This record gives sequence, structure tokens and C-alpha cells, in this order.
Amino acid sequence: MLRKLTGALTAPIIAGAVAIIASSIALVISGNSPVTAFREMWMTIDSTESVVVIINSAVPFYVAGVAVAIGFQMNLFNIGANGQYQLGALFAAAAGAAVSLPAPLHVAFVLLVAVVVAGLWAAIAGLLKVYRNVNEVISTIMLNYVAVGLSAFLVSEYFRNNDVKLVAETKKLPASAQLPALNRLLEVFGLNLGDGVVLQGFLPIAIVLGIGYYLLLYRARFGFELRLSGLNPAAATTAGVKPRAMILKTIVLSGCIAGLIGMSDLLADPQYHKYGDQFPKTLGFTGLALALLGRNHPGGIAAAAIVWATIERATQRLSLIGIPQEIGTILQGSFLLAAVIVYEVVRRRNNEQTAREASRAVHGPPPDPGLSSANAAGALP
Amino acid sequence: MSNSIETGTAVIELRDIVKRFPGVVANDGVNLTVRKGSIHAIVGENGAGKSTLMKTLYGAHQPDEGTITVNGVVQQFKSPRDAIAAGIGMVFQHFMLADNLTVWENVVLGDEPGSALRLDIRGARKRINELAKQNGLEVDPDTLVVELGVGEKQRVEILKVLYRGAQILILDEPTAVLVPHEVDELFASLRALTAEGATAVFISHKLDEVLKFADAITVIRAGRTVGQVDDPSSITAHALAEMMVGSELPSPETRVSTVTTDVALSVHNLTTGPIELPTLADVSFDVHRGEILGIAGVEGNGQAELIGAIMGLSASTGRVELFGADISHSSTRARREGGIGYIPEDRQRDGLALPLPLWENAMLGHQTQKPYGNGRWIDKAGAQKQTDEIIAEYDVRTPGNSVPAFTLSGGNQQKLIVGREMVAHPTVLVASHPTRGVDVGAQAIIWDILRDARSQGLAVLLVSADLEELIGLSDRLLVMLRGAVVAELPPNEVTPAELGSYMTGVKSMVTSGASTATASATNDGTA
Repeated sequence: MLRKLTGALTAPIIAGAVAIIASSIALVISGNSPVTAFREMWMTIDSTESVVVIINSAVPFYVAGVAVAIGFQMNLFNIGANGQYQLGALFAAAAGAAVSLPAPLHVAFVLLVAVVVAGLWAAIAGLLKVYRNVNEVISTIMLNYVAVGLSAFLVSEYFRNNDVKLVAETKKLPASAQLPALNRLLEVFGLNLGDGVVLQGFLPIAIVLGIGYYLLLYRARFGFELRLSGLNPAAATTAGVKPRAMILKTIVLSGCIAGLIGMSDLLADPQYHKYGDQFPKTLGFTGLALALLGRNHPGGIAAAAIVWATIERATQRLSLIGIPQEIGTILQGSFLLAAVIVYEVVRRRNNEQTAREASRAVHGPPPDPGLSSANAAGALP
Repeated sequence: MSNSIETGTAVIELRDIVKRFPGVVANDGVNLTVRKGSIHAIVGENGAGKSTLMKTLYGAHQPDEGTITVNGVVQQFKSPRDAIAAGIGMVFQHFMLADNLTVWENVVLGDEPGSALRLDIRGARKRINELAKQNGLEVDPDTLVVELGVGEKQRVEILKVLYRGAQILILDEPTAVLVPHEVDELFASLRALTAEGATAVFISHKLDEVLKFADAITVIRAGRTVGQVDDPSSITAHALAEMMVGSELPSPETRVSTVTTDVALSVHNLTTGPIELPTLADVSFDVHRGEILGIAGVEGNGQAELIGAIMGLSASTGRVELFGADISHSSTRARREGGIGYIPEDRQRDGLALPLPLWENAMLGHQTQKPYGNGRWIDKAGAQKQTDEIIAEYDVRTPGNSVPAFTLSGGNQQKLIVGREMVAHPTVLVASHPTRGVDVGAQAIIWDILRDARSQGLAVLLVSADLEELIGLSDRLLVMLRGAVVAELPPNEVTPAELGSYMTGVKSMVTSGASTATASATNDGTA
């Protein structure tokens, strides 16, 4: 068990080191001191308030990572999570503001609209792939553009709040559709947050989503067949899985969860409660990075989301001391790139080791290393 | 045939070639002498090592031992580029052509004439036209490859090799995809080529065409050359088949027949593929409870399509019945849940997910059923317990049920697959090459498992390339050739050599009883 944990941590630690070295080089080239920069960044994560802010922004990241990871599990690249969640959020915001329901039902209604709209949008790419063999990477990228244009059009022409003249945005959700902050809950544990800092209320839903994802993928038959289809489509077909139905279900499911990406901001962030120009626009792409970093594992994605959010928060302080904020992007990018490479190296080594140990355990001849590394395709796409 | 063969000098000399792959010796002392200007056939069963030998010859891999001499010079090919430089070119069985380019573009692809900036189109076209005319390889250089038929595509492949200056052509089962008149055309072209001084080496298991077209024949069995026939007119198809499969006949076991009259699996008029050249042509048979029905045939004669149709993996017309119930339109899952067990031909491609632990692999195909789960949720404890039972009962050598499947040797992977099918108590078992690539110990265990299950009433459809296995296990033998069932034989009377003659079309049920001397192609099933 301990070995398993150390094994899981080796790769991210090496990747982190590579990322720090790469961004240090960038800092030196740009004439800044890496030491100052990293000290400043470290100092931003010094308080409970800071941690809460990080968690708040990690929550939508996490949801995005899970949405993309479901596709990755069967080698489907849902690049379209970005468009799916924006359309979902727009329709959910408009529909939520248009009805009046009691509090829990109202929230559920908004969530349902987002999930259904995003799922239907993803289904377009799914149907194209299944019936016309259109690569989902291409179709989802294209559909992103369509989604962006469509939502801009809809929000300015149909769902616009006419009380606001300057910007196009939907009406604000009524209180019954807002998720309350969790500060009270923290107080039970003796944590009192400072003024103006709230732990947003979507966190429990994200946790439930993570558990649901785990159970579906690793405990349910459907998830088994999904992973099997990703690892070996031929064997899945032989085992009675219908490949086309599986592709369609997976893309739609990924889209449905993508619908939840914008819900943390819409329902729980006091800054929004509406869809408009200010609404976050690139969470779906972040999800791609996080699913890769977290190796499609719910725990891994959570860790990746927190690291990502931490880097974003930490770099905000840099411009105050005259260091370009873009260093954060370099840090994130090199971390991602290094992680993907290191994961692969570690995975191959682990595979060889497992093969050797297994063969030693049964006193057979040593296995062929070429065979084990060539055929033991990893879970990472 | 022609006299020049005896006098021609050796263009290729292979001496004591040994090529090992992990766990297998694919070539174990192969000797081959090919004379200039001859058409040389290499024959042998599936897995005898023919393709390995050809790959050695055109530089796809290096032999572990032995020497390759080409035109009197000892060569070490590091890549196919070295081989082509020495004048050896390969014509692949599966065409490697770009469909949306024209014939001439395909031919020059990778070896374009002219300078880096200018493609000498006119020169290329002229040269290709010349090559085509000289060698009877008629094909229009400006046609798109996608519009060509199979025979023409093959000509383009040959042109590609000639264009690169090859004087020695290696053809890997060139006739596998051709209809009979195309076969004649192919060999006419090869004959024209060899008349000009080129040399052709081709792989085949079809004895009729080997005897008809080759100037010399080398027979390979189990990785070794067992003989070279320099004068094909001196040998009968029967003797050649015997050389190919080995004369050591497995003693058909004396055993009590457990065949019942209950029809378990029944197929009627199963057909797949295009109407002009069906891959499976109107196949009908019954398998009874307690019976092993063996399907013999050279690979690629419809066996895979037959199994695909029975398992619901590929589209087909005709009817499949399981204990009288029509399952022709049932899904693969419904068929498996209905009691059909399946041992796929390629365990790593179709039977396992190598990175997953053994207990998840044990569920494959049975994941909807107890004890692996309730259809909705997986029962991990139940699955692991079942896996432990499979491991114990079927002698799967592994440290536990949670190691990934890639840690197992081929034989143990196969035992796991056989075990998981058997513990599910199927009523019908479709077994495709159940002992392919497994060691002798695992093979014996799998044979015992199949025999025992049969005597307890299991109906088994056994497809195999191992004639000993087919003759030893089957209660009845069907022979498939070009998608059709061409013969039904009693296993306790047939010899492997005789079986080989049916498989290669030398002998057919239509002319059964006649002598084996006539080696004319039987076209059954191609119409």
C-alpha cells in the first residue's frame, strides 16, 4: 500500500521539480529572481482565507477534469467541454431566472437544465462520430466555436436582462436558486473566515460527483465496459459491448457532467448568479489538462485541480512586485508537459517491475520486457 | 519445367538461418537456394515460419544465426533499404497503396525522380509504362488506385518493387486475395519477368498453384526446411502435402463417442462478404450436444467470418440457432448470456485487456452475470473468488488475482481464458485456435478440458490450424476452402496429409475417390 502511494507520488514530484526549473529559467531570462518570485508565490498561501479562495476556484476545475476524464477513459477526447458548459450555463441561468420554485427544487431544476443542454450539445459530436465517423476532436473543437457564437447571440437577443443596458447578461437567479455559502459549516469545526471570504456551496456537489464518478467507473458494470472499450475495443466488442452505443453514451455522459462545470459559478459564486460576458470562458480547456495530470482518477484530478488553482492564486501577487504573471502559465504548462512524460516513463518501469515480480513469484522464465511495455497500454490516452 | 533452372546460378543462398522471438524459435535452421530466373515457392503450414523467413530476407529483421548470400555476396540487411539496394523487393499480401493517388504517383512515392524541387513526371510515367509493358503488368499509370481491382493493385505493388530496381521479388501469399483468372495472370507476369532474368520467390499454402507454377519448391515445417524440390514434376501433391504437415500421424484416440442427437448449435446458409466473392459462402451444419465439430482449413478461407457470424460480431445473412431458438439477430451479449462460450483466436487482441488485473479479465464476456455482479454493479469480491477458482482449477500460474494480465505468459493467459469460459458452464463452446502459441504443457491441459467438457454434454465448434489437434479431438471434421464447406471427413480415418490435400484444394469431395494426381484448381465456392 505504501509502495503504491510512493509510486503514485514519484511522478508528480519529479514533474513539479521540472516545472520549477523551467519557470526559473524563464524568470532568469526575463531578468527576475526566481527566489523572489517563488517566495512571493509561497507567501500567498499563508492563510485559511487563501486556502478557501483556492478551493473555490478548484471546484469548477475539478468538475471540468472529471467531465473530460470520462471521455479519456475510453480514448475519446472531449475538447468540447468548453462549449458544452457555456451553453449549459446560459440555458440554466435563463431558465432558472424565469421560473420560481422552492429552494432545493429550484437548484435541482437549474442543474438539470445545464446537464441536459450540455449533454444534448455533446450528443451532436457523438452522433457525428457514430454515424458519420467524424473524429470527435475535430467536431468538438468546431462545436466550441458554434457554442460560443450561439450563446453570445442568445444572450443578447433572447435571454437578455433588459434592465441592464451596457452588457448582455441574463437576469440574476433568485435567492431560491442560489447555493448558500458553507461558512456556517466551517464554524462548526471552529474555523471562522474573515469578512468577505466565503466557502462556496458547490463543493459538496463536486465531492458527490467525484464519488459518483469513482463508483460508476470502478464499481459499476457500465464503467467496467467503458474502461474496457478504452483499453481494448476489440476485446470489449468480443465481450458483448456494442462499440457505437458505448461511444455515444460516453460522449453524452461527458457532456452532461461538463454541464456542471459552470454551475459552481452560477449557483454558488456571489459574483455571478447570472450568465454574461464576465462568466468564465475557458474552464473546459483547463479540464483537459487536469484530467491528464490526475490520470483520470478522481483523487488525482482533485489534487491537480488544487495545484492548478494554487498556482493561479499565487501568481496574482507577482505583478504587484513587477514580475509578469505569465510565469504562472509557464509553470502550469511545463508541469503538465513534464507530468505526462514522467507518468509514461514511470508506468513503463512499473509494468516491467510488476512483470518481473509476477514471473519470479511463479518461478517461471523471465518475461520479455518488450512484450510487457509494448502491449500493456496505459490508462492514459 | 524449364531447363535453365538446374543451370541457373544461385541468386539467394540462405544457410542455417535461426530467428528467435521471445519464447519461440520461429526459424530453426532454414536453408534455401533460389536459382536465377526461377519462380521459387515456399510452402508450409500456418506458423511454420515462412513469413519470418521472408522478413529476414528483405531486411525487416536480422537473423540470430546463419548467413544470407545474394549473388555470391554475404549480406547483412539492417533495413529493407539495404535489401532493395541488393536487388530484393517485397510485395506484401496487404497492399500498401495510397488510394487517392494515381498509379504512377504510388509507384514513385518515396523514390521520386527529378530534383528536390522538381518532380520529373514525364520521366516517371515513361519508365513505368516501359516496365509495365515489358513485364505484362498492364495498368494505366494515370488511374486512381482507388478505382483499381485487387489484381491491378497487386500489379502496382509489383511495379513499385521493379521501379526500385529489384531483380528478386518476394511475394507473400500473392494469390490469397485473387480469383482464379487473376492467379493465372499473375503467374504469366512473373513468368515474363523471370524470362528477363529476374527471380521470384512466393509463399503459398495452396499446393495446386505451387505445383502448377513453381520451378522449385522449398517446404518448411516447424521452423525448419524439410526439403527442397528442384523438379516439381517429380513430386505428387500427396507427397508434398505429407512433407508439409509431417508424416508422423497422431494416433486417433480410441474413445467412446458421446455424441447425442440433440442439436445444440445449428447454422443455415451463413453468408458474408460481397456476392461476387463471398468470404463465407452458404455454410450450413449442426453441432450436437457431446460433440466436437472440427473445422479444418487454411487460414483465411472463411473460418474467422464463420465465427464472427456465430458470435454476432459481424454482419451476415443466413440463420443461427441455439437449441432451436433463432439467435440470428441477437446481440453478442445475448448470445453469450444464452450459453455460448467463446475462446477467440487472438487472445491479446480479442480476449484480454492486458493492463487490467486478472479478476477483471476473468469477467470479460461474463460481466453481466453472477458471480461477477448483478448486471448493474460489479461484485469485486465475487469476481475475485471466481478468479481464484479459475486460477486453481485451470492451473493458471500467477502470484494472485490482482496482477495485470500482461504479467502472464501466453499459455497462462490462454488457460485463464479457457477457464473463464468453462466455469460459466456454457452449452456451446466456440473455440478458435484454442492452443495456438501455447507451450506443450498448457496445450495438453486445454485438450483435456475440451474432452472432458464434451463428454459432459458440451457442444464444441473447434476451428484450428493444428491438424493433430483437429484429428485428435474432433468427432466430425469439416473442411473449409474459399468460404465454403468442401468436405466432411471422419477424423478416425483421415490422415493429416489427406486433410491437407482437401484444405489446399488438391482434393475435393466432388472428385473424392479419384487419385491425387490431378492438381487442377477446384473453384468450389468462388462462384
